[in-house]
Amino acid sequence: MNEGWVVVVAVGLATLCCKAAGPVLLGRRALPPRALAVVELVAPVMLASLVVVQAVGGDRELVIDWTRLAGLGAAALALARGASLLPVMVLAAAVAALLRLAF
Amino acid sequence: MSGEATRTPAEGAVESPRLSHGVRAAAPLAVGPLLFGASFGLLAGEAGMSGAAAVVMSATTFAGSAQFAAAGTLEAGGSAVAAIVAASLLNARYVPMSVAVARLFRGSAARRFVEAQLIVDESWAISGRSGRFERPMLIGAGLLLYVCWIAGTAVGLVFGDSLADPDAIGLDAAFPALFLGLLWPYVQTERGRIAAVLGALVTFVLIPVAPPGVPIVAAAFVCLLGLRR
Repeated sequence: MNEGWVVVVAVGLATLCCKAAGPVLLGRRALPPRALAVVELVAPVMLASLVVVQAVGGDRELVIDWTRLAGLGAAALALARGASLLPVMVLAAAVAALLRLAF
Repeated sequence: MSGEATRTPAEGAVESPRLSHGVRAAAPLAVGPLLFGASFGLLAGEAGMSGAAAVVMSATTFAGSAQFAAAGTLEAGGSAVAAIVAASLLNARYVPMSVAVARLFRGSAARRFVEAQLIVDESWAISGRSGRFERPMLIGAGLLLYVCWIAGTAVGLVFGDSLADPDAIGLDAAFPALFLGLLWPYVQTERGRIAAVLGALVTFVLIPVAPPGVPIVAAAFVCLLGLRR
């Protein structure tokens, strides 16, 4: 087995287990209110974290790509004005792509 | 998005949305896994992975960032252990994320194990777009993204870099914008707002000092704020 396959199998097993952790170990078991209050915060916290990582995350460095940030800024403005998801995504992509073409 | 437009109010009121709604909700996102999947296929080839290994990885790991980290580490001459550690750190975020949607899964443990593999950032996030997680959204979106991710990987292996560059069409801005949009309903309460700001701050501060993946996992501990009443 070469190096590539070792990585594929090990990462695959680790990921299968991470993704199944909640559904297999907890399932539909009712959680006590205090635990529920913690779980309820997973969505806002992880989504905010994903936004930051995708916006400026690098390998142990902040990557500031101003065209990407401009696209994201345009998306934030559109969201604040009540725009829905798909137009917001298209706007972000278009702003970033056009700025890249122009500069 | 298009999903709501075709659903009559009566239908929506008596039953939760069907799988097809999840598929439709994720349809505009499909370009992401297709192009990023192709990029992964290309990188995997450069990293010395066989085509079969790349496709099997997309089918079992099904998580873009971890696969890029693993193939990128090998391609840069890193060891297998370094590649495994980097990818596993990135995917550790799926533990808290899967806990948040655990109640959506039914049936035997084996069935829950298999269905849980459809959890990926985009399917997870979009299944909570109404402000609470919904099963048909997660499964429908997950299935579509899964098929596109594997197809994209295969395309990248065969056609290489003749495809569109995801950055050239601004996909690297579109996906954080998607997550920002999906975050929106959760920051309408003060609790959600505080949690989101703290999660973002922890992530931002740790990015320059911790290996990729660790900032998100560390941010997950912000959820413990829920213990305070």
